[in-house]
Amino acid sequence: MLEHLKDPKPLIIGGREFSSRLMVGTGKYKDFDETAMAIRASAAQIITIALRRTNMGQDPHQPNILDILPPSEFTILPNTAGCYNAEDAYRTCQLSRELLDGANLVKLEVLGNEKTLYPHVVGTLQAAQRLVDDGFDVMVYTSDDPIVAQELESMGCVAVMPLAAPIGSGLGIQDPYKLLEIIENANVPIIVDAGVGTASDAAIAMELGCDGVLMNTAIAAAKEPIRMAYAMQLAIEAGRQAYLSGRMAKKRYASASSPLDGTFFK
Amino acid sequence: MNMIVYVNGEQESWQKARTVEAWLQDIGLLGKRVAVELNGQILPKSQFTQYQVQNNDRLEVIAAVGGG
Repeated sequence: MLEHLKDPKPLIIGGREFSSRLMVGTGKYKDFDETAMAIRASAAQIITIALRRTNMGQDPHQPNILDILPPSEFTILPNTAGCYNAEDAYRTCQLSRELLDGANLVKLEVLGNEKTLYPHVVGTLQAAQRLVDDGFDVMVYTSDDPIVAQELESMGCVAVMPLAAPIGSGLGIQDPYKLLEIIENANVPIIVDAGVGTASDAAIAMELGCDGVLMNTAIAAAKEPIRMAYAMQLAIEAGRQAYLSGRMAKKRYASASSPLDGTFFK
Repeated sequence: MNMIVYVNGEQESWQKARTVEAWLQDIGLLGKRVAVELNGQILPKSQFTQYQVQNNDRLEVIAAVGGG
C-alpha cells in the first residue's frame, strides 16, 4: 500500500548498494546467540568486526563470529579498533583482506587516547592515504571537523564517518551544526559513527541528512538489546523518511490546527 | 636441535621444522578463518604449503572477533 513511499535512493558505498542505512557493531554482547539475534533484529546489512590474535589455548572447534554472521549474508566491515598509529591500522587492514578472501572494504579508525577514543586525525590521514593507494575502500572514522572530512573525501575514502560523541558514551548528537556542515559539503556518504545512545539520537542523525548511522554500544548495552536493535531499525527509517519529507519550519507562537471559521460557539 | 618460534607473541620450542600448513594442521586451525602474518608481513594462504617455518620466526594467527 505504501510501497511508493519507500526510500527512493539506496545507500551506495564504494559501488555497493544497501537498502538499510543502519550499520552495527558486533562487540559487547552477552554471547553469540544474543549477538546474532540483535543483529538480525536491526536488519543491518553491514556489520563490523575486529581482528585479534587467535586464542591458542581455546578449542579450535568453537564457533567464530563469522560462522554465526557469515559473509554470504552480511557485508563484513573489519575495523582497526585499538590502533593508535597509521602503521598498526595498515597492518590490520592487510590482515582483514587476507582473512576475508580479498574483500577490500574496511573501517579505518586511528585513535588518539584511551580516555576519549577521539580520532588521531594526523594518523588517520596518513593511514587513509596508504590504504586508498593500496586499493582499499576506506570508510573512515573521524572527528566532526568539516575541513578534515573534505580532506578524507578528496583522498578517495568511500565514506566519511564523523563521531556524534565519544565511542560508547551514548551522549547523542553533540554538535548538529558541524554534522550539517559536513553533510552539505560531501559527495560521499556521511555516516554518523559513535555516540548514539538511543533511538531518538539515531533519528536526529538521519533527520540532519546523514546517509546512515553506525552503532554498537547503544544496542549491546541496552537492557534488552534485541528490542533496542529493532527500535534502531525503526528510528533510522523514521529519521530518513522525515528528512526526505522536509520538516515544517519552527515558529515561536501557536498556529491552530482546526479551522477558525464555522465555529458554533462564541 | 630445537628451534625457537614466536607464536602470537609467546615463545615456543619446536622439535622439528614444519611448513605453516603442517603447523596449522597440528593446532587444528587449518581451513579455519584465520590470517597469518610472518615477521610483520602477510603470509598469503597460497604460501602455507611451501613456507617452512625458520628459527626465530614470528608468527601471528589472527581471527575475526565481535567488535564495533
